[in-house]
Amino acid sequence: MELVAVFLPLFAFVIAGLFGKQIGDKGCQFVTTASVIVAALASISLFFTVIFTEGMVNGMYVTTLSNWIVSGDFNVKWSLRIDQLTVVMMCVVNIVSACVHVYSIGYMSHDKSKGRFMAYLSLFTFAMLMLVTSDNLLQLFFGWEGVGVASYLLIGFWNHKHSANAAAQKAFIVNRVGDFGLALGIMATFVVFGSIQFSQIFQDPSQYAETTFNFLGFELHALTVICLLLFTGAVGKSAQLGLHTWLPDAMEGPTPVSALIHAATMVTAGVFLVARFSPVFEYAPTALMVVTIFGATTAFVAATIGLTQYDIKRVIAYSTMSQLGYMFFALGVSAYGAAIFHLMTHAFFKALLFLGAGSVIHALSDEQDMRNMGGIWKKIPTTYAMMWIGSLALAGVWPFAGYFSKDIILESAWADHSWFGDYAYLMGITAAFMTAFYSWRLIIMTFHGKPRASKEVMSHVHESPSVMLLPLVVLASGAILAGMMFYGGFVGSSSTSHGGGHNAALSGEVSEIIPAAGDDEHHGQASTEDAIETHHETETSHKVSHENSHDAPMVNTWSRDYFWHDALFVLPENDTIEAAHGAPFWVKKLPLLAGALGILMAYIMYMFLPTLPSKVVGIFKPLHTLFFNKWFFDQIYNAVFVKNAVRLGRVFWASDKNIIDTVGPDGVAGFSNRLAGNLSKFQSGFVYQYALVMIITLICLVSWFAFKADPSFYTVKEISIIQEVSE
Amino acid sequence: MDMPPLLSIMIFLPLICAIMVALIRGEKGDEAVIEKNVKHLSLFSALFVFAFSVFMYLKYDPLATDFQFVEKITWFGENGINYHLGIDGISVYFVLLSAFLTPICIYISWFSVKKRVKEYMIAFLMLESFMIGTFAALDSILFYVFFEAVLIPMFLIIGIWGGPRRVYASYKFFLYTLLGSVLMLLALLTLYAKVGATDIPTLIANPVDFGLQKWLWLAFFASFAVKMPMWPVHTWLPDAHVEAPTAGSVILAGVLLKMGGYGFLRFSLPMLPEASLYFAPMVLWLSVIAIIYTSLVALVQEDMKKLIAYSSVAHMGFVTLGIFSFNQQGIEGAIFQMISHGVISAALFLCVGVVYDRLHTREISRYGGIVKNMPAYATVFMIFMLGSVGLPGTSGFVGEFLSLLGAFKANTLIAFFATSGVVLGAAYMLVLYRRVVFGPQNNDDASRMPDLTSPEKIVLLPLVALVFYLGIFPTVVLSKLEPAVTNITSIYDALPANRELSVVPLDNVSDSGELNDAEGENKTEQP
Repeated sequence: MELVAVFLPLFAFVIAGLFGKQIGDKGCQFVTTASVIVAALASISLFFTVIFTEGMVNGMYVTTLSNWIVSGDFNVKWSLRIDQLTVVMMCVVNIVSACVHVYSIGYMSHDKSKGRFMAYLSLFTFAMLMLVTSDNLLQLFFGWEGVGVASYLLIGFWNHKHSANAAAQKAFIVNRVGDFGLALGIMATFVVFGSIQFSQIFQDPSQYAETTFNFLGFELHALTVICLLLFTGAVGKSAQLGLHTWLPDAMEGPTPVSALIHAATMVTAGVFLVARFSPVFEYAPTALMVVTIFGATTAFVAATIGLTQYDIKRVIAYSTMSQLGYMFFALGVSAYGAAIFHLMTHAFFKALLFLGAGSVIHALSDEQDMRNMGGIWKKIPTTYAMMWIGSLALAGVWPFAGYFSKDIILESAWADHSWFGDYAYLMGITAAFMTAFYSWRLIIMTFHGKPRASKEVMSHVHESPSVMLLPLVVLASGAILAGMMFYGGFVGSSSTSHGGGHNAALSGEVSEIIPAAGDDEHHGQASTEDAIETHHETETSHKVSHENSHDAPMVNTWSRDYFWHDALFVLPENDTIEAAHGAPFWVKKLPLLAGALGILMAYIMYMFLPTLPSKVVGIFKPLHTLFFNKWFFDQIYNAVFVKNAVRLGRVFWASDKNIIDTVGPDGVAGFSNRLAGNLSKFQSGFVYQYALVMIITLICLVSWFAFKADPSFYTVKEISIIQEVSE
Repeated sequence: MDMPPLLSIMIFLPLICAIMVALIRGEKGDEAVIEKNVKHLSLFSALFVFAFSVFMYLKYDPLATDFQFVEKITWFGENGINYHLGIDGISVYFVLLSAFLTPICIYISWFSVKKRVKEYMIAFLMLESFMIGTFAALDSILFYVFFEAVLIPMFLIIGIWGGPRRVYASYKFFLYTLLGSVLMLLALLTLYAKVGATDIPTLIANPVDFGLQKWLWLAFFASFAVKMPMWPVHTWLPDAHVEAPTAGSVILAGVLLKMGGYGFLRFSLPMLPEASLYFAPMVLWLSVIAIIYTSLVALVQEDMKKLIAYSSVAHMGFVTLGIFSFNQQGIEGAIFQMISHGVISAALFLCVGVVYDRLHTREISRYGGIVKNMPAYATVFMIFMLGSVGLPGTSGFVGEFLSLLGAFKANTLIAFFATSGVVLGAAYMLVLYRRVVFGPQNNDDASRMPDLTSPEKIVLLPLVALVFYLGIFPTVVLSKLEPAVTNITSIYDALPANRELSVVPLDNVSDSGELNDAEGENKTEQP
């Protein structure tokens, strides 16, 4: 099953990539889409087998395919690790990817190289699956770089455009900076743990809790160094502050790409990495602190930029960055389950928003600037409704998915009771306000008010074909239901026995909702699994025993511990999710309030008093300039790194010619020429002469040395050298 | 052994064929026929050698730690120079690589070389013979002879069939390598005077004292560092590459650069272990400089070949880095990097050759947007570009990662700086690719170039397959390397002084502050 789920997209890529001409565009679309849909079904089935294993048996298993790199004690295999975290990621990746594949058939219908586009999408899906299923750091790195390449190819898909190529190149290189850290992290892991196999690393990281090792000349805490290096990779891939500059530019790619890669899946790889390494991060509190601060700051900064942008896709891109920030500070406060929960809900609603934006762009003949939109909501009602659902989920309004996942993150941050936890809570609340604000700013500017597009464009405005709307509906149902459905499993209280009405109600709901949640195609699949699941429900008892795992099938599967098993690890004293359930009322409700205020504010400013925004901008001019120019990151990086690298390159190149050559070969040649006193002849001489000169010089030197050094040695051997050389 | 003398066959078959090619004569006016015969004979002999090398590879026993296919004929005196051949897990791949690339070179020159075809083919066949001889020789003098003899045909290839500045380039090439080889010969003779043997296994078994080792090491280093090439003696390479014909560049990058690394592994490391340790920090830092310096230089190049030449220097930096970390991963990584670079850089030069043959310019700005008219070419070039960048799944990654891992074990600071080359490497290759292949089509002649022809495809596709195969199943190579590399590392594990350099403490607390500042002096003096 896992082989189908992972390798079918690769198969589709190879077929569509190599035989694209033979099978035609239709053939490519069919092969890739069908493969990914089947892979999605396979991952859903895996999800049920792994999560709902009988009793308390851990459903995790590893399938080894072959050796990859074996060198001394460094041993890496190609293998697929199927555990709880993996199956969640696989479902997210494959379901969103299937939606995007279907959507692309409609969206790219006017493009000339549809086949190539579909092939790249499948390649990306494969790489992402390799990333999440890997059982060692190196295969993870393979997937990590693989998604990077796929992203590079897809951002630069319209390769005749200068801006698209520049963006693609930037994305790859900036990501490489992160990968530089990740690669070092892998090496450090190997040096400290003696292996990069997950099973070996996670076995007992506590024994290295006190280990120090020498890094860059300093004696440092080993696990902190490892975690921070790995986190550097995550910062790059997940566009956290510092290495985020590529993400907004990546919007140059076609919109389905933005939805799949730059919202739902690839950018969450960093979150996945940290969650995967939770057993190690737990013993590196300093690293966790850094993660929290990075995440919280990113959430805030990205939201401020999002307030001021006019490109519809860039607004959503900054919102993605901001939401990734949430996930990271959730990780930082050890609320790994909450981070993955938000990862999943975010995948649905953000992909929905992007695809909805794509639908708008499609309707408006490729217009992306919100200043040239407006007044179209009646013409494209389905898209409009979808954008509303996506925005409600993003803003965290009950009962949409974002409400559940964002709240538990903020509550966990608060429950961490540390200064950086409080900082994260504060930043998170502020960002939640801004998120709601810019989401409705987007909706109002795009759909309401007077049409600002040209007449010609307006006359063409049309609702997208159903092949594009259907994926939107699937994602929308995820954006509505995913939060409610999975709350108990992902982050629910682990003390199920007295979990009370809230949890029980949720888990009760699950059995009814699951069949509806799956796409229509997997209805049968889901309901059979549902039967197993209900079976567990009925047998749930108060007895929770960790010891006799085989004899105690009476466990509520739909609670955090039995959902995640060992896939996520939290030290008991760090368990903020548990503490979050007991957070006071105001902590729980403040995010919702902030969201509601943001929506209200957006309505006031853009719907009722349209002159207000420019006045506000006038008052806060410097701040607006800072936000509008994205805090000047691009300019600074360009001036500091890009320009200097080129300058340094020129200097070095000149020194090659002017210093090394002048002192070296040219100097020597000049010297010998002066000795010879016959420059022109030497230079114009026939090339064979050089060979001759070389041999003669050699022979002379050999003879000189041999005679001087040891005459007896010379007499026999030197002749042989002469003979050989002249041959 | 029942086996036929495979190595000798592989060395002498091309030589004999070269003589036969020289003897092909005809009436005036028959030039076309002569040319055809010359080409066919050369290609077939090269293919035969390749077939032999594959046969040898299949017969190679991966578990044996000794040299295999050994041939030993007394040549001069009892203790004197022997005709001694044999291969181990390291050299088998270089022999294979030489035998693999030569037919490719001959085949791609089929249409592009117009003048003096006969001499050209003779040069390549001689080159093949000498290359295989270099990697198979187990006698130091024999090695030296082959090692130097390789220069002659290469020198001629650049000097006769090269570009406009070929004379300058070939003579720069000559000057650099001459200096190094003279010193190496001195070292070999000194070793003979001291140990009384020229046989490589004997020399390895009888190390000389440390004081002498240092001098000998420097002499070897002068030769191998130029060949690698290491910074700062690399400046001959860009010129040589730029002026050389495509096939010359392929062999130069594919095989000749590996002779330096091979020399380190065959001579410096096993024969002069203490001196190698003593000088290791210097080599490691030079490697780091090479990686960063040449990557930055590559970033600003306007000439495609020059850019790839500089990238070769950077890639060779990873090789020296791995070799001088003295551990299994580092050395195996270095060897793998050499093999992989042999395939990838050869392929990149072939790719440049493809467009050069059409437009006769290597200037990057003369191209652009050619993905439109050459989609197959763009795909193939993309694969090699990503291989060169070191994408996991391609062969480039395995070598680079393992050598960096080895370096990390030896010294984290050096590994840190060297790993930054990964970022720079991506930068210059992507810039090259983007400027040549993507973007708007501004140059009419470039946008009219036809896509890959079938001969070009025949040459490039096996290389594509190899890049992926080696990237996904590198164990095929690594497992055969292991015994030979263990032979080297075991020497170092036995040296007490090495403890600090190559073993990073895994236990709770390490007490070595000197780990990073690996001062050679401390090392050798400590018990």
